[in-house]
Amino acid sequence: MFADWPLLSLVVWIPIIGGIAVLLSGDKGDAEGVRRLALVFSLVTFVLSLGLYTGFDVNQVEMQFVERFEWIESFKIYYHFGVDGISMPLIILTTFTTVLVILAGWEVIKDRPAQYMAAFLIMEGLMNGVFAALDAMFFYVFWEAMLIPMFIIIGVWGGPRRVYATIKFFIYTFFGSVFMLVAMIYMFYQMDSFAILDMHNMKLDMTEQTLIFIAFLMAFAVKVPMWPVHTWLPDAHVEAPTGGSVILAAIMLKIGGYGFLRFSLPITPDASSSLDWLIILMSLVAVVYIGFVALVQTDMKKLVAYSSIAHMGFVTLGLFVIFRIWDNPANADSTGAVMAVEGAMIQMISHGFISGALFLMIGVLYDRMHSREIKDYGGVVNTMPVFAAFAVFFAMSNAGLPGTSGFVGEFMVIIASFKANFWFAFLAATTLILGAAYTLWMVKRVFYGEVTNNNVKALEDINSRELFIMSTLAIAVLALGLWPAPVVDVMHTSVNNLLQHVAVSKL
Amino acid sequence: MENIYLAIPLASLFGAIIAGFFGRQIGRIGAHTVTIAGVGVSFILSLVALNHIVFDGGAVYNESVYTWMVSDGLKFEVGFLIDHLTVMMMAVVTGVSLMVHVYTIGYMHDDPGYQRFFSYISLFTFSMLMLVMSNNFMQLFFGWEAVGLVSYLLIGFWYKKETAIYANLKAFLVNRVGDFGFILGIAAVVMYAGSLDYIEVFQKAEQIAGLSIVIIPGTEWSLMTVICILLFIGAMGKSAQVPLHVWLPDSMEGPTPISALIHAATMVTAGIFMVARMSPLYEWSETALSFVLVIGAITAFFMGLIGIVQNDIKRVVAYSTLSQLGYMTVALGVSAYSAAVFHLMTHAFFKALLFLAAGSVIIAMHHEQDIRKMGGLKKYMPITYWTSLIGSLALIGFPGFSGFFSKDAIIEAVHYSQIPGSGFAYLMVVLGVFVTAFYSFRMFFLVFHGKERMDEHTKEHLHETPWVVTVPLIALAIPSVVIGWLTVEYMLFGTYFADSIVVKNIHNVLGQISFTTEFGFIEHAFHGLAVYLALAGLIAAWYIYLVNPKIADLLQQKLAVVYRLLDKKYWVDEVYFAVFGNGSRKLGNSFWRIGDVGVIDGFIVNGSAKLVGWLSGVMRHIQTGILYHYAFAMILGLMGLLLFVYVK
Repeated sequence: MFADWPLLSLVVWIPIIGGIAVLLSGDKGDAEGVRRLALVFSLVTFVLSLGLYTGFDVNQVEMQFVERFEWIESFKIYYHFGVDGISMPLIILTTFTTVLVILAGWEVIKDRPAQYMAAFLIMEGLMNGVFAALDAMFFYVFWEAMLIPMFIIIGVWGGPRRVYATIKFFIYTFFGSVFMLVAMIYMFYQMDSFAILDMHNMKLDMTEQTLIFIAFLMAFAVKVPMWPVHTWLPDAHVEAPTGGSVILAAIMLKIGGYGFLRFSLPITPDASSSLDWLIILMSLVAVVYIGFVALVQTDMKKLVAYSSIAHMGFVTLGLFVIFRIWDNPANADSTGAVMAVEGAMIQMISHGFISGALFLMIGVLYDRMHSREIKDYGGVVNTMPVFAAFAVFFAMSNAGLPGTSGFVGEFMVIIASFKANFWFAFLAATTLILGAAYTLWMVKRVFYGEVTNNNVKALEDINSRELFIMSTLAIAVLALGLWPAPVVDVMHTSVNNLLQHVAVSKL
Repeated sequence: MENIYLAIPLASLFGAIIAGFFGRQIGRIGAHTVTIAGVGVSFILSLVALNHIVFDGGAVYNESVYTWMVSDGLKFEVGFLIDHLTVMMMAVVTGVSLMVHVYTIGYMHDDPGYQRFFSYISLFTFSMLMLVMSNNFMQLFFGWEAVGLVSYLLIGFWYKKETAIYANLKAFLVNRVGDFGFILGIAAVVMYAGSLDYIEVFQKAEQIAGLSIVIIPGTEWSLMTVICILLFIGAMGKSAQVPLHVWLPDSMEGPTPISALIHAATMVTAGIFMVARMSPLYEWSETALSFVLVIGAITAFFMGLIGIVQNDIKRVVAYSTLSQLGYMTVALGVSAYSAAVFHLMTHAFFKALLFLAAGSVIIAMHHEQDIRKMGGLKKYMPITYWTSLIGSLALIGFPGFSGFFSKDAIIEAVHYSQIPGSGFAYLMVVLGVFVTAFYSFRMFFLVFHGKERMDEHTKEHLHETPWVVTVPLIALAIPSVVIGWLTVEYMLFGTYFADSIVVKNIHNVLGQISFTTEFGFIEHAFHGLAVYLALAGLIAAWYIYLVNPKIADLLQQKLAVVYRLLDKKYWVDEVYFAVFGNGSRKLGNSFWRIGDVGVIDGFIVNGSAKLVGWLSGVMRHIQTGILYHYAFAMILGLMGLLLFVYVK
């Protein structure tokens, strides 16, 4: 299916052009037309992105769907796209989620719908650009540009404390990324190229690697976000409109994890290896400490935001536990690293579905009740039985129930971590208890019990549009949980290649 | 056979899906028809499988159904291992489940969640089948968690009831604590055996047994002990062993049919089944077996004691379940795996029977569950009465009933065992016999004999329950009597489990039992202590609760401390709530308030913002906007520069 088309350019530019078109057509004030237009653009992009999967050669080590042109000659910056098994699934996740986000904002967004839809479409293109770019400067442009639509989404359609949240979000993430920019420029001066793949192969001594590693860490750790630079996320989520939260949780956080895979590990393997304790420590703190913090949240969105941080802890743990797996003398055959990384990646995709679903669910409630406080609810199942069934399903997925996608990544990372150290697996596995505790306790207080007040009594169950969104996500969660092979198979070659590269010292 | 094996779980799943998603369209009759048909197919095909493996001598089936995924050379598969142990479990699970399905028609007759209920119990049957039929650890974990999920849904089935939604959350979380150990055990298996497949792992058992693992630096642990204990922690959750037993009594908040199905006959036996399945591993660690033995012994005796002071008819049966699960665990600990599984089977029938009978009483009593408000029901409910009597006699191990054979085998096995802790365990299981008889017949006499203590309104409406309730009672009463006679010799002393359970010669306690036939058992019983203890318990209950009820009150006063200890269930719930419930909330709050809000946001993030604000406030004063200030500054700067150049 359209394998010889410049698919990556299309999935980047179609939504951006679409966003501009939506923006322009919005002046006529025809909200319905605007939505439809936005939906068409997002659907076209989604269908095109599926071509990346069907046309993907799972055995090819090199980048695929490569496009490369000179962009800024004097700085040797190239318009350079390409995907491997690591980035391709994330692009599809992006295009898939955007369709649902457009649908989720359908009649909910009454204030400036054109701008709203446009912001999400442009956002989609930029995020796809981040995943597809193979030129560091090109990547950086997308990376920073992405902040603008999100800044607008939170700042315009956000809640009462949106100004604080947007500024915090922007400065936090921007603060992280400037260090990355410095690292990239340094490498450019060393080797006269911005190509990421060249950076993978360039020689760097330990000092250089350590500094570059820390610079990248600043950027990616904020994005993931890792403890202790996570505090922007709960605020941003709470203030963001539903769609913003979904994109934030489902895609933007993944860009941090992707950054570790694309930059930190292959460019600075020795520094990654020597500083892995730091990442592992931060990840395990995220799982345990944030798990407890999530337990006591009274705002549903904050609770899910903290849950996201805990779940992303599995991603960073999986990515950096590999050195310990290789070095553990008790791990006789030294396997496990591939599983750790693939587990981390599955966890990213799964978290995209599940956190997206959870934020959409909170949105469904918020649209009706205009409250996110757990105490304002109680007994919702009595008035919204269908919705409650979905809630229990996604809650269980969030708690990592086998058969749902939430289980796959956690299971792989826990098993792989055990090969590194008993205590890594031990602390990571506490999520089985903590994750279930904070998620199901929320479900109990919001959904179960007698109807607690008249607002809950007046609730109407989900409409067919909401039902469609929920069902689509539920199917995705189940499909990945019952048969992850089609997604994991795509990753094998790239992950193997990456790890072979990481295993070789640059010193 | 392959298609038949595949159809067994799928038939139940099909019923669950139809009743779950199309409940409104197919209506009540449609829902129970489709689920009963589904489980019925599962049951019949399970019998076909049983016949194939056991009577036709069919080959053990061990194949994968599909590959879930492959990562890092490790295959994650969904597949079946069908041997003697599996087919027995399949037949028991589907058989009891089918009875419960039929019974539910009567019990849930007026419930608005009728279709949902049928969907859940069919889904449960599917999950349990996936668990027992698995040929690998991943699918085992899948089934393991899936039964936990359904249990959560069913305990909280009446979602408006505050106690029910508290109990289901508690059950899920306590089970998760067990699963926490279980998943670490699986991770250890993967690391050292390099496979999730049972047979491949078992082949490496000897090799693993020679290894050790360093968990706390400086101390070496036997690897097999660590693996077995971690896996057993999972079993402690599912099979409700002390100290993870707290969820099971509370699970009685769910409708009675699921108490019979899940919390007596099947889900709680998952842990027992798992350890029996893993016998090739457990045999290599005497430490782990001792651990299992002691935990089981404590559960068997001390949970039985609590049963004596309970007044809720379902809770009495629930504590009896805990105690009987303890007996099974004890059997596992002394390597009498087949005795454990044998008791699992007999217990499944008579315990399901007792629960359903209790449910029958509850229906007749208009959902009154307090046995102090019952009495004299014998004449109103003859079928329930006689079947309850059969169930109770089987439970206390009255010679000839199914429970007698299995319990006696366990006691004898412990008697012959040499592993550390077996002396203590022997004492516990023997004393437990008296306790069992006492609480069982205390309840029996209080419910069916003596004064009629219910109110007039209830009394007027008392009558036997409809056929959908009584037929399952009768159908379960039959195996409660005869299953022991039919199978004891073959299962315990014959070659029944030869293909599935491994026992080392030095642990082979069952091999030391000299009487192996049904009559041998009965004859031997009269030379041993257990039967007399059971009779003593029965007679004591009869005397205290029927003949001379004042004694009960007197004892309660005289032994107030003991009574309170038992009534409060050793305060375990209160301690857990304080330590784990409130403790983790306090911890979470302090992490959040101090860590996130205080230090990170308050000090670092907003602090640096404030610092910038303060600095710019200071700097602002320099920019006065007055021209001569600037000119002055320029002159100063120029002079400084000149001076610098000059000096240099």
